[in-house]
Amino acid sequence: MAQKKTCGSVFSQQEIAPDIYDMWITTELAQDAAAGQFIAVYPKNKSTLLPRPISICEVDREENRLRIVYRIAGSGTKEFSSYEVGESIQILGVLGNGFPQDVMKKMAQEGKTAFLMGGGIGIPPMLQLAKELSCDKKIIVGYRDSQLFLREDLDKYGEVYIATEDGSAGTKGNVMNAIDENGLKADVIFACGPMPMLRAIKQYAETEGIDAYISLEERMACGVGACLGCVCKTKEKDHHSHVNNARICTDGPVFEGKEVDI
Amino acid sequence: MNTAITIAGVEFKNPVMTASGTFGSGMEYSNFVDLNKLGAVVTKGVANVPWPGNPTPRVAETYGGMLNAIGLQNPGIDVFIERDIPFLQKYDTKIIVNVCGKTVEDYLEVVDRLADTPVDMLEINVSCPNVKEGAIAFGQKADCLYDITSQIKKHAKQPVIMKLSPNVTDITEMAKAAEAAGADAISLINTITGMKIDIHKRAFALANKTGGLSGPAIKPVAVRMVYQAANAVKIPVIGMGGIATAEDAIEFILAGATAVAVGAMNFVNPYTVEEIVTGIERYMERYHVTDIRELIGAVK
Repeated sequence: MAQKKTCGSVFSQQEIAPDIYDMWITTELAQDAAAGQFIAVYPKNKSTLLPRPISICEVDREENRLRIVYRIAGSGTKEFSSYEVGESIQILGVLGNGFPQDVMKKMAQEGKTAFLMGGGIGIPPMLQLAKELSCDKKIIVGYRDSQLFLREDLDKYGEVYIATEDGSAGTKGNVMNAIDENGLKADVIFACGPMPMLRAIKQYAETEGIDAYISLEERMACGVGACLGCVCKTKEKDHHSHVNNARICTDGPVFEGKEVDI
Repeated sequence: MNTAITIAGVEFKNPVMTASGTFGSGMEYSNFVDLNKLGAVVTKGVANVPWPGNPTPRVAETYGGMLNAIGLQNPGIDVFIERDIPFLQKYDTKIIVNVCGKTVEDYLEVVDRLADTPVDMLEINVSCPNVKEGAIAFGQKADCLYDITSQIKKHAKQPVIMKLSPNVTDITEMAKAAEAAGADAISLINTITGMKIDIHKRAFALANKTGGLSGPAIKPVAVRMVYQAANAVKIPVIGMGGIATAEDAIEFILAGATAVAVGAMNFVNPYTVEEIVTGIERYMERYHVTDIRELIGAVK
């Protein structure tokens, strides 16, 4: 199905940690959504024009629902957090390329081990990935403190290792510290989180000689590859820009770590 | 009902175009919009060689609008001719190529390369606020604008539209300079230079510090400048700046625009440009306007 701007409705919403909201949206876009893709949600306040790109946390095709878990970052997400059940919302989707399905399939066939690494508001896309990926999974998630949102959901799909900045749960520090402390090893890494975390993962993967697929984030306008607002530097000249600037919205948001210069 | 308009001998099925830089070369939006319905697709600016553009963040939202400082990232004229023109040729719409450069020679090289292509018109970008050299410098001094326009006119095989900057003291001076140098049409406004500061990070919202403001927030400024320019010159004016609806488009036409272009609102609603085409027809039916040309500059 082609991308479209469509109307969905809020099926449920709750605050699952301070300023972090968990929303299920009823929308036909669920039929085409996969792990690592995103939707862009429009605030109703007409002074805020641009849709907010939010990663897909979980897909329920049978019930035609998408789950997003987002943090209040400004007026748009603040508005979303006020929505009650039944509220109609405009969505542009499904956007971006998700985690590579061919790699995921091969890992299952060859019985490989994957790290699913999420940091902060980069944790949500790891849930749908954990559901879709059927190999051995070590899910390593980093939080600020003991507000361990989505932890129970993730527990269902693999071994979960926690890191917290303040040391209130799991390993004190970040996801890299959690790998060290638990002596973990993997064949491939899938990750989403803040830039310092992704840089560390890229470096770790290169040292270990393994592949890492990382999901990037940038300020976006169109979400469909036209405005060239959300670019990242790439090692090779990509087919579209010819200037080593891939578009995060359409060429990504998931990139192979060694392809991008972050 | 006639919605067709003519600019420099080129007939457009309707006066609705896309504003350069907001629509790529049409590919990305062809999922949403039937390009055959548009008067013209105006492409993103293209230079003689690939340009990497500015660092990120390149975009920031503002009240009723947005700032951008893309920095005219483009793949260069070779890729453009090979990939983008053949794509657009598949559609029954006019092709207007936006041309950018750092020196007069850069512009002339692109203009020359496009001479034997099936491009209908050229739009010369002398008004981008986000690149340091060239570009806007040509568009902010009337004598520089006159000079570059006359040189381009000597080379161009297609009619030439000069795209003007609103970041000037007197838009009529610039419009007259373009006309005197032989421009076939002018388009305005490009974005208004702006700035946003993130008070939480105590940093500029854009890596480039300044950016071009677009979107509904700038529409009244654009309507005023289109009105002033249209009354200062005889060549056609293509109006743009914050057009979100057919009503906005009609407003620009009444102010003196022969055609209009939709910019930032493509990012907000990918169907905008096609909705405006049908909305203009509805307006014409409602007010029994048989020919769109009756509306051009009808408010004096």
